[in-house]
Amino acid sequence: MEFKEKLLSSFFALQEAVLLDDNPLIEDRRNQAFKTFEEKGFPTRQQEAWKYTSLSPLLSEDYVIFPSGDVGIHPNDVKKYFLYEMDTYKIVFIDGVYSPFLSNTHHDGFDVNLFSVALNQKQHRRTIDTYFNTIAPSGEPLVALNTAYAHEGAYIYIPKNKAPQSPIEILHFSSGDSPALWLQPRNLIVVEQGSEAQIIERHQSLVEHPVVTNSVTEIYAGKNASIEYYKIQDDLDSASLIDSTFIHQETHSHVSVHTSSLGGKIIRNNLNFHQAGKAINSTLKGITVLEGNQHVDHSTLVHHAQPHCESHQDYKGIFRGSSQGVFNGKILVDRMAQKTNAFQQNNNIILSDKAVCNAKPQLEIFADDVRCSHGCTVGQLDQNALFYAQSRGIPIKEAEALLTYAFANNVLESVSIPFLKKHISLQIASKFGVEMGFGV
Amino acid sequence: MLRIENLHVSVEDKKILNGIDLHVGPGEVHAIMGPNGSGKSTLAWVIAGNEDYQIEEGNLLFKGQPIEDLDPEERAVQGIFLSFQYPVEIPGVTVTNFIKTSVNAIRKARGLSDMPAGELLQKIRKTAEKLQIDSKFLSRSLNEGFSGGEKKRNEVFQMMMHEPTLSILDETDSGLDIDALKIVARGVNEMRSPKRSTVVITHYERLLEYIVPDYVHVILDGKIVKSGDKTLAQKLEAQGYDWIKNS
Repeated sequence: MEFKEKLLSSFFALQEAVLLDDNPLIEDRRNQAFKTFEEKGFPTRQQEAWKYTSLSPLLSEDYVIFPSGDVGIHPNDVKKYFLYEMDTYKIVFIDGVYSPFLSNTHHDGFDVNLFSVALNQKQHRRTIDTYFNTIAPSGEPLVALNTAYAHEGAYIYIPKNKAPQSPIEILHFSSGDSPALWLQPRNLIVVEQGSEAQIIERHQSLVEHPVVTNSVTEIYAGKNASIEYYKIQDDLDSASLIDSTFIHQETHSHVSVHTSSLGGKIIRNNLNFHQAGKAINSTLKGITVLEGNQHVDHSTLVHHAQPHCESHQDYKGIFRGSSQGVFNGKILVDRMAQKTNAFQQNNNIILSDKAVCNAKPQLEIFADDVRCSHGCTVGQLDQNALFYAQSRGIPIKEAEALLTYAFANNVLESVSIPFLKKHISLQIASKFGVEMGFGV
Repeated sequence: MLRIENLHVSVEDKKILNGIDLHVGPGEVHAIMGPNGSGKSTLAWVIAGNEDYQIEEGNLLFKGQPIEDLDPEERAVQGIFLSFQYPVEIPGVTVTNFIKTSVNAIRKARGLSDMPAGELLQKIRKTAEKLQIDSKFLSRSLNEGFSGGEKKRNEVFQMMMHEPTLSILDETDSGLDIDALKIVARGVNEMRSPKRSTVVITHYERLLEYIVPDYVHVILDGKIVKSGDKTLAQKLEAQGYDWIKNS
């Protein structure tokens, strides 16, 4: 049986058993989404947006869709993936199932909670009804698939004028308990007027086994809200991630999404910003360092729908081995979005003959008084700089790592959590097999 | 220290050096002069180990051992330092960070542990003071946006940090005003010892008034055509290279 057939035939059975919505609105959204996926199926390379990324290598496994969830994991096995052992809010999932033992949620004044709780508790109904599947577009089949099955993930609600004391970590571990696992976490993050949040999301396999995560995150930033979102993608080569993140911003809000793609089989990042108010700032940063057969596809869309807004995109990619990178960055400026200032930069370094990088900036501008700039480069490390470093006694491997770090540095600098910045810099160094902290 | 015998070098099939013989003994300072395109910088790069430069013939020995097959970093570990004519800009890596990385890389290759951070910082501070380098300069990105003079001073700064046994200064005087030249020369002179040797590559005699050489060689069309003491440099300054070509 094809995997799509399995997903379709499981839906009704599982809806009875697991997805018990007593909310007709949600039930309706779910059914609509199911229909969309049924009609469209998985995207193929015939579609322009998926030209360089094929999902077909992922669809031949017989994935478990709803794992049992009674897998125990000792904190010692996973704590190295935590930003801090203590003092952060944590929502931890093992094989898609919430782990109260490893988590540290919060319900007083603001919510660091579970999506399943929000779905089923009356007090969260208004938020769920307002935002669930209203920020994400309805026509995307992978989003629709996630929506149809959506029952677990992170639910973060920060009411007006609040700022949690520490970052919030969303962590997904796969234990290897299922031979092959298909996960569909659904996150909803609502940060109301004047509030702030720092969020770190990570997906991590603990043993080599086929895992595909089809994750959807909806983020609402109210007036003057400020959100920093960090995605750490440094998984094993057996794990794939399709991440679709949709951000709705109101007037004067600042949202930045920083994506570090350092490992995994196939990673697809669909990152969409919708600017619905004035004087909005959207920031998209990415560091991609790949080797082997790893494949990362960044597909970004910034929709400038209102005047006097800004967007800044800066993606750096370093490709070794037979790795493949795709950058597809679209900026859409509506006719009424005058005085838009949109900036997009994508720079790539290819360190091997077999590595490939496809970059495609797309600007669609319907306003006449805007500043939009974009730049895209694909090149190699500066041979003179390598020789210079070598002549000062730095071995070639370290010299390459140092120059790579230098190349990615301005993106790394934008990570405002010092411990996280150090963590990412050490991860990059380890990709090059060197022990360097780069003085961070 | 450095022994070069009948060295023939080409770049992309273009012959640049046509049989160089040069022997630099311990404690000696040699100046290599010559017009543009004569092969001075090629000589510097081939000693430092740039692989774009192909040795066609001849021998390159350092401390009695052939070094043709050593990588640039291995030559640095042996004690060779090249001060670049055009130092490379590395945005995103600070001067301090680069020096720390390179000093410790060489120590590691020599089987030593990292220099303790305090000791390293103190050495950096002392050396910077000698070269009248502002401490703000140390936290800037390596050579990025530096003036020509700042880049050269930064090269000598790194040389003094590494304390190499053989220093090759490639056009270190270019871009320096007279005050900076004196400061840099003082730094180079301070390093002079019976165990250390220096090769100074320059167009002009001016630098050699401050770094006084034991020997002066004139290179023309990839060959050393004349050698002498410091008075040769003065004669070149007065009479130009045509004097040698015609003699």
